[in-house]
Amino acid sequence: MEFDAVIGLEVHAQMLTDTKIFCNCSTKFGAAPNSHTCPVCLGMPGVLPVLNKKVVEYAMKMALATNCNINSTCEFARKNYFYPDLPKGYQISQYAYPLAEHGYVELEVNGGKKKIGITRIHMEEDAGKLLHDEHNPVSYVDLNRTGVPLIEIVSEPDIRSSEEAADYLKRLHEILVYLEICDGNMEEGSFRCDANVSIRPKGQKEFGTRTELKNMNSFRNVQRALEYEIKRQQYIVENGGAIVQETRLWDDAQGATNSMRGKEEAHDYRYFPDPDLVPVIVDAAWIDKIRADMPELPQAKRERFISEYQISAYDAGVLTADKALAQYYEEVVAICAKPKQAANWLMGDVMKFLNEDKKTIRDCPIAAASLAEMINLIDAGTISGKMAKDIAEEMYRSGKKPQQVIAEKGMVQITDEAALAKTISSIIDANPQQLADYRAGKEKLFGYFVGQAMKATQGKANPQIVNDLLKKMLAGK
Amino acid sequence: MELYQSTIHELQDKIKEGKTTATEITCSVLQRIDAVEEKVHSYIRVLKEEALAAATDADKEIKKGNIKPLSGIPVALKDIVCTKGVPTTCGSHILHNFIPPYDATVVEKLRAAGAIFIGKANMDEFAMGSSTETSYFGPTRNPWDLERIPGGSSGGSAAAVAADECIASIGSDTGGSIRQPAALCGIVGMKPTYGRVSRFGLIAFASSLDQIGPFTKDVEDCAIMMNVLAGYDPKESTSVNVENPDYHQFVGRDIQGWKVGIPKEYFVEGIDPEVKAAIEESIKAMEKCGAQSVEISLPHTQYCLAVYYIIAPAEASSNLARYDGVKYGFRAAGGDLLDMYKKTRMQGFGAEVKRRIMIGTYALSAGYYDAYYKKASQVRALIKKDFEEAFKKCDVILTPTTPTPAFKIGEKTDNPLQMYLSDIFTISTNLAGIPGISLPCGFTKSGLPIGVQFLAGHFQEGKLIQVASAYERKAQVEKRRPGL
Repeated sequence: MEFDAVIGLEVHAQMLTDTKIFCNCSTKFGAAPNSHTCPVCLGMPGVLPVLNKKVVEYAMKMALATNCNINSTCEFARKNYFYPDLPKGYQISQYAYPLAEHGYVELEVNGGKKKIGITRIHMEEDAGKLLHDEHNPVSYVDLNRTGVPLIEIVSEPDIRSSEEAADYLKRLHEILVYLEICDGNMEEGSFRCDANVSIRPKGQKEFGTRTELKNMNSFRNVQRALEYEIKRQQYIVENGGAIVQETRLWDDAQGATNSMRGKEEAHDYRYFPDPDLVPVIVDAAWIDKIRADMPELPQAKRERFISEYQISAYDAGVLTADKALAQYYEEVVAICAKPKQAANWLMGDVMKFLNEDKKTIRDCPIAAASLAEMINLIDAGTISGKMAKDIAEEMYRSGKKPQQVIAEKGMVQITDEAALAKTISSIIDANPQQLADYRAGKEKLFGYFVGQAMKATQGKANPQIVNDLLKKMLAGK
Repeated sequence: MELYQSTIHELQDKIKEGKTTATEITCSVLQRIDAVEEKVHSYIRVLKEEALAAATDADKEIKKGNIKPLSGIPVALKDIVCTKGVPTTCGSHILHNFIPPYDATVVEKLRAAGAIFIGKANMDEFAMGSSTETSYFGPTRNPWDLERIPGGSSGGSAAAVAADECIASIGSDTGGSIRQPAALCGIVGMKPTYGRVSRFGLIAFASSLDQIGPFTKDVEDCAIMMNVLAGYDPKESTSVNVENPDYHQFVGRDIQGWKVGIPKEYFVEGIDPEVKAAIEESIKAMEKCGAQSVEISLPHTQYCLAVYYIIAPAEASSNLARYDGVKYGFRAAGGDLLDMYKKTRMQGFGAEVKRRIMIGTYALSAGYYDAYYKKASQVRALIKKDFEEAFKKCDVILTPTTPTPAFKIGEKTDNPLQMYLSDIFTISTNLAGIPGISLPCGFTKSGLPIGVQFLAGHFQEGKLIQVASAYERKAQVEKRRPGL
């Protein structure tokens, strides 16, 4: 029997606000345990939450970027459960009335487009962290993360494969980072994903029993976990078994999902509107203000790059995957007006240098203007493409401008035809046997003469001129 | 007359005239506490050293001519408002050792106004009760009859004022917890509009109902306290940023031509005949004040108690979840985490608190939410509308504060429903979010005080001061002091 997978994803993204969602504590990652806390986020008696307006605005940006409908009124609700990382005994979240609903994200699937529905986007506070002592039966509580703002983005069960799931996640991630509302760091937990997955025989309309997958902290792990889980479910169904609705944890080392089988399963969260907070009213003027402030989104940018710069969809995809890279590229093109060459240099040599040093374009020592100038110098014939490779590397190492590198290394290309003709003439004179063989039809020897000419000029000869001269002179013209 | 018997305005006059000092007043009140506290037990903690030190500082300021509205006035705080560096127990074992690292906004305001904190007053555990009998620290007794309860949950704050163990005090009112003990102790108590006085630092019982207010010896003092307490607080989302008048200007004004609404639903069965008679006298007294009484209807009155006992416990069940033994307060020894949670909460909370946590948890549970919490919220909206309609026909509403005078200690502890009924005339106010005031309107034959309650529309505390002040002057209610 053939099966279809039905997947829905829940993404939690930490908002890049300076302060927490309901108090003034810093949201910075990596501080000493419990140093970013106050009576409010510690849930001490008598304290009250006050909503950080920026969180609403950031969430609104994501809602607009994913084509959601922003509700004119939304409210916070309490999700009640006991856990030591949750100091109030409840999480302030949204339940019956979320910020935004009914959106979608578009994926490229088999050359076509597919919409993945967004059920809702809501705001909530993050919980703290527990650190378990490996040697003693002791756990430590760090509440620095408590109250860090999150948005939860819940998708419709529209995803049909692990590849689509990874693709959808990458799109969400890209948008969040583009909007500068989330740093997208999966290792630090700024971008987290849970998945609901079920299978059904091809053609069947009803959904099968689903399992919830947690603990997948990279795109790759989400994909691997889903692949594993789909196969596991298929195996059970094909062998006459039934899927149990449960939460399963992905074990990266084991490459498998395991049932949590905990008490966690039986939660009744007893949601109710938080009486300490008032409903959030979002009017059209506020939405307009946020919309006016929206940057160009990755998909729009990709499409514009393809049409405006006449580069391939692949190149446009690479260049727009990082907003800073796209911006760098556009700065280069604005100066050199050579979009294809700019793309090649950026995606080739520059990215290679950066990758080797584990750097991003933000730390690139080559200024966009310098790269553009270098491309202009190639175009003008001042330097050859081959020379440019060395120049680019030197620019990267030293941060110097291309002219400076060229001057220091004496790397200016020889384009003086008369001088080159003289050099070539002496090379031909010095190689009578090769000349005879070439004229007898051994055309491969052309390369030998090119090599000799470059050697004689320490690689500075303009290769095009050398080619032209050699062709003429070897023919005896 | 002893200094401790005085009102705020009397003492302020004396301070201004240089006839007394903050230290003298504080010592007088501390002596009174020494004399009667053993009998009354108004306090969980008397802040003797702190008060004397504050009085010394206050006198320095007074000498410089820097006299503030409450300079040198000993004020008691219900032990539900957080005081920085001073244990705040909420009357509970689970917080018996909790020392807040912050002040409640009202504490900051009172301090800034020159008040001297004389002690943390006893209360029903987590403000759940109408008699102050559920306190982990033992009951408070009614200064008028030590066999009887002072009311609750702010029983300690009320008894302290009635027994002259402070000049004024702070309470909190979730379903009548200021007005009911004020009535039973023969003093003035006001619950302001929800959102008028900051709740920041008030340990939450039911967040949508809780409101802080003053206990005073007369209406003018109530106005003075309101001038200090009221005002918008950016630290509280439900605080309302509206105009905050000078409440003192309403003292001594007449109420000529006012319409006083008498809700017919409040005068049915179950009212003690002596209370009923006293309230009827109060209605007559309104005529003497130049006001006219009109019958009004609050048709959803019969549902108030039921709605309250769903919403308040539901919110409480969530508000009290933070007391889990992990971070502060009492922690029971336990095996694993769950065991520790269970034992901490089992041993840390008293019976009434556990009863309400269970009721509230049930009301919010999957499958019951719509029938209980949601329905209760809908009816609450109707109750609020009842008052909106009523205030189209009258300026203020007059009701009894309580159906009976103070009952005996232990009389209702085994019958929670009987206990809940003692708040029947005060609960609707909290559900609607409107302000209410209770002031003395007479005594029973056996000498127990009776209170009359006035209610007004949202943010109309000025009207309450005005009507209460007029009543106080014109009704000629007998003045007595408890014979401690």
